[in-house]
Amino acid sequence: MNKKVVVTGIGATTPLGGDAKSTWQALLAGESGISTLEYEWVAKFELPVTFAGQAKVKAAEVLTLQETKRLDPSSQFALIAAREAWADADITDFVPERLSVEFATGIGGIWTLLDAYNTLLEKGARRVLPMTVPMLMPNGPAAAIGMAISARGGVRTSVSACASGTEAIANAITRLQSGEIDIVVAGGCESAIHPITLAAFASMHALSRRNDEPAQASRPYDINRDGFVMGEGAGALVLETEEHALARGAKIYAELAGGYVTSDAHHITAPDPEGTAAARAVIGALNMAGAEPKDVGHINAHATSTPVGDIAEYTALLRVFGDHLKQIPLSATKSSTGHLLGGAGAIEAVLTVLALHHKIAPPTLNLDEPDPAIDLDVVRTPRELGDNILAISNSFGFGGHNAVVAFRSYNS
Amino acid sequence: MALSHDEVLAGLAEIVNEETGIDTDSVKMDKSFTNDLDIDSISMMTIVVNAEEKFSVKIPDEEVKNLLTVGDAVNFITSAQG
Repeated sequence: MNKKVVVTGIGATTPLGGDAKSTWQALLAGESGISTLEYEWVAKFELPVTFAGQAKVKAAEVLTLQETKRLDPSSQFALIAAREAWADADITDFVPERLSVEFATGIGGIWTLLDAYNTLLEKGARRVLPMTVPMLMPNGPAAAIGMAISARGGVRTSVSACASGTEAIANAITRLQSGEIDIVVAGGCESAIHPITLAAFASMHALSRRNDEPAQASRPYDINRDGFVMGEGAGALVLETEEHALARGAKIYAELAGGYVTSDAHHITAPDPEGTAAARAVIGALNMAGAEPKDVGHINAHATSTPVGDIAEYTALLRVFGDHLKQIPLSATKSSTGHLLGGAGAIEAVLTVLALHHKIAPPTLNLDEPDPAIDLDVVRTPRELGDNILAISNSFGFGGHNAVVAFRSYNS
Repeated sequence: MALSHDEVLAGLAEIVNEETGIDTDSVKMDKSFTNDLDIDSISMMTIVVNAEEKFSVKIPDEEVKNLLTVGDAVNFITSAQG
């Protein structure tokens, strides 16, 4: 018999706020976290995209000087979100060997890597700092969290582009269900608002170029959407077996009922237009939850605001939900936060958990003229949700990765 | 212009503080980097690289193992400045 898995802690640092609570409040207030980049390198390199979803609170305002010097910015965000979630869960007594970390990044320590390369070019090999490797390695965020909380039950990193954060959460479930471990800190992070990343994503025409109206640039499902908006930050959940959580009298936000991963094997960047594998990921998560499509009462969509991606996800959802799809309040929160790449699924998991906990579906911004090819019930102003519903959060990534997690209302 | 012992000590203390968080007042001539200040090998190499940059000197790798105390490093840097 599989153990039930519950969410007992949440943390986030995002373009909307420095913690989960302020992020949620700004989201409900309809704020945008997207703004113009005020760096000299934007003009220097004549970047075609001049805005992004920058973290509302700089990591250096939260961490010690030593932490900022010894951790890549992606790990800094990860540590901030994970510490918040860990403190929120208020776990005082645990077995380190039964505590693990599942944390994601899409890109890894790109700032560290490129800063070190600049040092090499300008000052020579001798000036390349010895912490360069541990800072740039993609498992750096997970390792930093593991050390901070004394997790000795395994520290793993999911890397599947924009599906990474959701995949990390999905990877946590089975080990908890089997009882092999008691607690997992799971999530994802990204700090890749770097000229080379902006140039590269712009080069493939993936980014919105609405430079004059950054707050209106991320507009999922709108007929005039023209690409995603890069964001940065991290999200984290403390996941725990229900048994362990109840034994210590923990507050429980929601149940993590399912998590499933599939792959397209179709194209390195384009989603399969048929959405077959993406649909299978949804169905896999629902099966794990012991649920059927009609049981789903809220969706936090991947919805990055690219012309092709939004349609592909819609096609996949239609394949699963059919006529019921129009009955499901769906939120596209990247319209506020931008797209945090490897952190996206983690942030959206936090927002989905909060939606269930507060019984409110968050709003979707900038849907001024819905794409007539997409027939969804998109939540535009905060809307009340039921007491006992199942919600899913989808993420898809370059490489044909599809990851879906399912959360259920928890009524104690 | 070459810096004095005291100036090198103060500069080195800043580098140590920035890397490890150790209070600059604790970085004294007689302190051992490993035994007293608990500085690991990666931090030590970072301090060396930053000291080379700050004081415009070369500290060869084979010399680093001889720099057991803060005083060893201050003396080496002062004489290496020429």
